[in-house]
Amino acid sequence: MSAMTAKLQGLLDWVDERFPATSGWKAHLSEYYAPKNFNFWYFFGSLALVVLVNQILTGILLTMHYKPDATLNGSGVPVAFASVEYIMRDVPWGWLIRYMHSTGASAFFVVVYLHMFRGLLYGSHRKPRELIWIFGMLIFLMLMAEAFFGYLLPWGQMSFWGAQVIVNMFSAIPLIGPDLSLWLRGDFVVGDATLNRFFAFHVIAVPLVLVGLVAAHLIALHEVGSNNPDGIEIKKNKDAKGIPLDGIPFHPYYTVKDIVGVVVFLMVCSVVIFFMPEGGGYFLESNNFIPANPFQTPAHIAPVWYFTPYYSVLRSITYPLFGLEAKFWGVVGMGAAVVIFFLLPWLDRSPVKSIRYKGPVYKTALALFVIAFGTLGYLGVLPPTPVRTLVGQICSVVYFAFFILMPIYSKLDKCKQEPERVTG
Amino acid sequence: MASGDKVDCGRRRLIVATAAVGGIGAAVTVVPFVASMMPSERAKAAGAPVEVDISKLAPGQMMTVEWRGKPVWIINRTKDMLASLKKTDDKVSDPNSDKPMQPAYCKNEARSIKPEIFVAVGICTHLGCSPTEKMKSGSDSGIAADWPGGFICPCHGSTFDLAGRVYKSKPAPDNLEIPPYMYLSDAKIVIGEDKKGA
Amino acid sequence: MKKLLLALLALILVPLTVLASEGEFHLDHAPDKSADPAALQNGAKLFVNYCLNCHSASYMRYNRLRDIGLSDQQIKDNLMFTVDKVGEPMTIAMRRADAKQWFGVAPPDLSVVARSRTSEAGSGADWLYSYLRNFYRDDSRPSGWNNLVFANVAMPHALWQLQGEQVMGEDHKLRLDKPGRLAPAEYDAAVADLVAYLQYMGEPSARTRKQLGIYVLLFLAVFFVLAYALKREFWKDIH
Repeated sequence: MSAMTAKLQGLLDWVDERFPATSGWKAHLSEYYAPKNFNFWYFFGSLALVVLVNQILTGILLTMHYKPDATLNGSGVPVAFASVEYIMRDVPWGWLIRYMHSTGASAFFVVVYLHMFRGLLYGSHRKPRELIWIFGMLIFLMLMAEAFFGYLLPWGQMSFWGAQVIVNMFSAIPLIGPDLSLWLRGDFVVGDATLNRFFAFHVIAVPLVLVGLVAAHLIALHEVGSNNPDGIEIKKNKDAKGIPLDGIPFHPYYTVKDIVGVVVFLMVCSVVIFFMPEGGGYFLESNNFIPANPFQTPAHIAPVWYFTPYYSVLRSITYPLFGLEAKFWGVVGMGAAVVIFFLLPWLDRSPVKSIRYKGPVYKTALALFVIAFGTLGYLGVLPPTPVRTLVGQICSVVYFAFFILMPIYSKLDKCKQEPERVTG
Repeated sequence: MASGDKVDCGRRRLIVATAAVGGIGAAVTVVPFVASMMPSERAKAAGAPVEVDISKLAPGQMMTVEWRGKPVWIINRTKDMLASLKKTDDKVSDPNSDKPMQPAYCKNEARSIKPEIFVAVGICTHLGCSPTEKMKSGSDSGIAADWPGGFICPCHGSTFDLAGRVYKSKPAPDNLEIPPYMYLSDAKIVIGEDKKGA
Repeated sequence: MKKLLLALLALILVPLTVLASEGEFHLDHAPDKSADPAALQNGAKLFVNYCLNCHSASYMRYNRLRDIGLSDQQIKDNLMFTVDKVGEPMTIAMRRADAKQWFGVAPPDLSVVARSRTSEAGSGADWLYSYLRNFYRDDSRPSGWNNLVFANVAMPHALWQLQGEQVMGEDHKLRLDKPGRLAPAEYDAAVADLVAYLQYMGEPSARTRKQLGIYVLLFLAVFFVLAYALKREFWKDIH
């Protein structure tokens, strides 16, 4: 026993002289002091990491069987589409791996949206965490790209027409637009060339950037320390050894807590994977069980649920402005709806970070924003009607007003006094 | 005194239990991941037994069929060819086919069910190239004047006799593999399937 | 705060859901026969006899039918007409170009048809069950047939010998004009079998998936109890 331990200690010493193993463990886990009052909303960061690992592992296995090939096989089915069904039937356990990947994609957005909402609740984007927020937003952007590229790969009707519509959005950009979308497709329609390059982006280019950004997000977080539901800095109150009085080591306290969160999350995901893998048509759409057909658009197409809020903003802009057509402004509106999140750290002028001490104005504004976001998302899956377009327009206005008016209303708001130390 | 110890003991037990159950879960999750890299149903279907009609295979002739994506040779050996096996006995490294490179029913001098009809997987046991047939004997073969006929591997020069036995001092360690096969009738054989013990 | 949020959300979403449901052809509910091997086997037989001449199911291998209780020999003897290896997929001999000329469109592959027909109106099985029972004679169509569920469909009524011929009445309802080999109730049952088979074929692993899911959830429940106890054990230190 003791000889064995001594040997292991020797090996560890050998490594530590050459690599920051022990010091890294301490800095990021056993002596990383996190506020002791994390609540429910603080599970979603670690859950996002779990989903990322799941997507990478299952993705690698799927890549071993999937073929990015839009040509028709002997039975007249595109090879890419057939290779997905090959995975579902012929590859041992292929169906499980595919469902883990497809469910994981939706789960990623669920978790990331909740993670972002946590930021809005407790002011996690405020000074000194602006860079964490910006890295996080870049992760979100890359995630959208990753999901978009990945959605083309099954080469079903939804894949095809979704890519067709989104690539055509770029053609709305004045002057270079049409050439830009032609360049993106690499063909005059979404075709074999498009499928192949989307595959390259999906399996290597974007994941590389994504993993790098996740590292940057975590490094920045561990540099400044975690925020908490009270929105106050625990580093202000330290004991004689310089340890925050309201901090506890991430390991073991938050590792054991996060394991509980992960298990619950896995149970939710398992229910989807094993009992409703189509997610009611929102995770796997029925039209995507029909091979891509460039001559026939399905009667009703909508993007996957996680893109629909932005898609609704796009549809809401229906009139030309400053001599430029509505199509252009729709794309601008959609882009702005995403990009405006980047500015959040500088838009929020409230003297307090957490919603617990903010006044009724911010609470109302956030509630309206959430309703507008949810409604836009819901409208995005429905075919447009005049009434829906009007509702969408109102919600779009609320959406942007939340951000644009924030410097004013966050300052005017009647905030409560923040406590000195964290509460429960 | 005891209270602290008790707590630690309980905690340790919980850690071990949770780690064990979590470990089992992780291990079981790995099973489908690893299994997904095994041959698929398509590969298995392609590897299904192959029926071959050998009624038109004249003595001295050879035909190649595909089984599991590999070339399988079927040769109708002449009396002379069979006789040559006697001569090569002391030149090959495993004359009695002691190594399990063939089904039990082919562990004989001709390494076949019926002496004339030779069935073998045409893949060199060295590094997997497909040997070239050199069935003509003598200097016509371009190998040696006393060449009794057989096969030579183009990759590393291993030579095999007409029963697929590898010559001594060659890179290939084993005789050519004989696949499981059986006769449905005199004119038809099935490769890849046998009645056990037939 | 949270309650307010939820209430507001509900207020906005409820009228929208009402807005969303629009009237189409009302689909009949397909009986669930997914756990009935006899029905699935009968469905497979109907499929290879009536569908597989024009439609392929090119992702489905014959020997996969062991899932529904058939042996390789049974499959070979009763279901295989065009290929000779039991591991082959259900392909057809008809060339796509010919098919396109005969029908106007090439008959689609039916491997995943049940999954592709799911909509708010009903499951894919409901759609197929309704579709296959609502063909009627229509001389204005090139095929001589039309369908209530799939208007102006290119496919003629492949099962007409079983069902007989329906015609559209004055009241826009279908009535049986010439009876077929099966009585209406028998025909409905046969179609239900066929649909159950098509649904099975859409996702052959569905049964394994659901069975495995129960074990996974049970395991996670046990693990949850342990993980939660461990969390509580450690967090005793904190408060």
